[in-house]
Amino acid sequence: MPQNEHIELHQKRYGKRLDYDERKRKKQAREVHKRSAYAQKALGLKGKMFAKKRHQEKATMKKTIAMHEERDNKHKAQDGAPQNAVPAYLLEREQVDRAKVLSNTIKQKRKEKAGKWEVPLPQVRPIAEDEMFKVMKSGKRMKKSWKRMITKVTFVGQGFTRKPPKYERFIRPTGLRMTKAHVTHPELKATFCLDIIGVKKNPNGQMYSQLGVVTKGTILEVNVSELGLVTPGGKVVWGKYAQVTNNPENDGCINAVLLV
Amino acid sequence: MTEPPQKIARREQAGKAKEEETPTDASIIVQFQSATGETTGPQLDIPHTVTPQQLETLLNGLLSNEDKLPYSFYIEEQELLGELGSHLRSGGISVEKALLITYQPQAVFRVRPVARCTASMPGHSESVLTVQFSPCGTMLASGSGDTTVRLWDLNTQLPKTECKGHKNWVLVVAWSPDAKYVASGDMNGSILLWEPGSGRQLGACSGHSKWITSLSWQPAHRPGALPSSRFVSGSKDNTVKVWDAATRRCVLSMSNHSAMVTAVLWGGEGLIYSASRDCSISAWDEADGKLVRVFKGHGHWVNTLALSSGFALRTGAFDHNGKAPADVEAARAKAAERYAEATQGKPERLVSGSDDFTLCLYEPSVGKTPIARMTGHVQLINQVVFSPDGRFILSASFDKSVKLWDGAKGTFLATLRGHVGPVYQVAWSADSRMFASGSKDSTLKVWDARTRKLKVDLPGHADEVFTVDWSPDGGSVASGGKDRVLKLWRH
Repeated sequence: MPQNEHIELHQKRYGKRLDYDERKRKKQAREVHKRSAYAQKALGLKGKMFAKKRHQEKATMKKTIAMHEERDNKHKAQDGAPQNAVPAYLLEREQVDRAKVLSNTIKQKRKEKAGKWEVPLPQVRPIAEDEMFKVMKSGKRMKKSWKRMITKVTFVGQGFTRKPPKYERFIRPTGLRMTKAHVTHPELKATFCLDIIGVKKNPNGQMYSQLGVVTKGTILEVNVSELGLVTPGGKVVWGKYAQVTNNPENDGCINAVLLV
Repeated sequence: MTEPPQKIARREQAGKAKEEETPTDASIIVQFQSATGETTGPQLDIPHTVTPQQLETLLNGLLSNEDKLPYSFYIEEQELLGELGSHLRSGGISVEKALLITYQPQAVFRVRPVARCTASMPGHSESVLTVQFSPCGTMLASGSGDTTVRLWDLNTQLPKTECKGHKNWVLVVAWSPDAKYVASGDMNGSILLWEPGSGRQLGACSGHSKWITSLSWQPAHRPGALPSSRFVSGSKDNTVKVWDAATRRCVLSMSNHSAMVTAVLWGGEGLIYSASRDCSISAWDEADGKLVRVFKGHGHWVNTLALSSGFALRTGAFDHNGKAPADVEAARAKAAERYAEATQGKPERLVSGSDDFTLCLYEPSVGKTPIARMTGHVQLINQVVFSPDGRFILSASFDKSVKLWDGAKGTFLATLRGHVGPVYQVAWSADSRMFASGSKDSTLKVWDARTRKLKVDLPGHADEVFTVDWSPDGGSVASGGKDRVLKLWRH
């Protein structure tokens, strides 16, 4: 470390090197590569410290960029009345503000026909068969292995009757059966514990939908009658679709988000 | 174990046989009495098979009415709907002494129930917050969140005029009882006056510092009230102000409330009533603005007020056909006559609905103790209305139900369930035989006040229904809500 301003003094007296600017530019240009090389190489505590510092730098940089952009942005002039008007009797009452129309069953029906939903989780990790099933040995000598036990959470309908155990190919363990889901309404920002009516679609395959396997990304039909949603025809909506957002087999509960 | 079907059938047969044993030629001694308790005519010996229609003919004869008037009959508070004998048997009412039959006059005209949406009128670009029919029933005004007041043509069911002038949401509109003015109050606290024919702005009344919650015009039968000029406004800024529509000046400014004024009503007896979120209701003298009485019956915000003569006050000199005398003096006399008919010489009653889930019934010109406190709702009460004949009270609550109460004594009559969301507004038909309710669940429902059953379900709105009004001539119902369209419903 220089103890005094020797360099500045020298530059004042004798001027800079002729290639000073060129060298400086090159040094700056190489700096990023050097840093990235260091970032890849640094291990342990040093690596952590470096990453943290870099993260902070990036955050401040983003902020500065945003500030500059804001200055250049064109804003809509703040005029006119605020949106979402409510009558006098609802003013100053605690209630949820929602901009969109809640009951859009027609849209949902159309999507249902196409077999496609615009879902919060469009992509899910494919689950291999050997992760989904555990092979069960059966037979007198325990040498037959055509039975499978499902290792994921399943939904088993109310009217389900078991096949005779001898012929039952898929076993859905009672410990992993669930009938309720914690469903979040994305517009109301509220979560309700609702009954599951059925498994509509498991992204891993038709067979899993039929078996009622609930994994992340599965579309469930839930009973929303207590939410009091109404169709444009004035009927109470009681079944609505929801997508599972967690891994129920790890968490012990089903969390889902309502598709509206 | 259930019994075999043959056994059940056999037992029913036996029961039927026992019922049939009652003599067919039995007669009952009855005594008619009016709603006020005066007996009419002598005691009569009539057969038990008599129907309400026959009783009506009999009563019209007893009262020597020139025109046949419709009546409904009540025995021990229960309405007689079928044959007298079967009614008595099912009610277990003794016929050992003379049977008292109370009769109540019905409206001479009949409003046909609305059944379909005849027009969805788009135009507002924000939620429709309030609609009101003119007292003559031929015009309609609506206020919306898009800061405009719109006037609609009811004959062609098309928009007529768009009245621009407000700077914020229009929360209330109110027609003057002579249908010459529309007053509208907005979120910024300004009140504008409009001429309904042309939609021209007549002027602005500024004075309130916060939003207007309620407007009410001076009833037409009061001295100097025709042509209409004075109205009262209640605001979030805790004050109640009386305005002169001709000069747009604030005539009186009253304030004893310590919280938002939620409702104001200009009564027919020279009092102005104001309800507030400070849990009290105040009565003011209309001449000098003196505080006359304070009613402190509620334990939480008072949301709404209604007067037993409210319909007569609203319609003024206009009868059920929407006709009124052209001459001012004749119109005043007509309005006074209509008011006297509605109150029948008794002091008018005031009912209030509150956030403490109860209603209180007062006779405000007599005393400040409530006649009755009506409990039963399990959520706050958003609106109460008296039926046009003053015999029933209807309360709309956030507990998804509408309750029907007796208008004179405040006794509970019925709960009407059917909505799946909070009920925001209710409106009576002019003949007091039906009412419509609008709810957050996006439907309108029409109910029968006699059978206390759902008459028509009217889906059609795409979102919450904020406001409902039934036209005073009974022809149509208008509703508006969050889906920005105004719907007209007719027979």
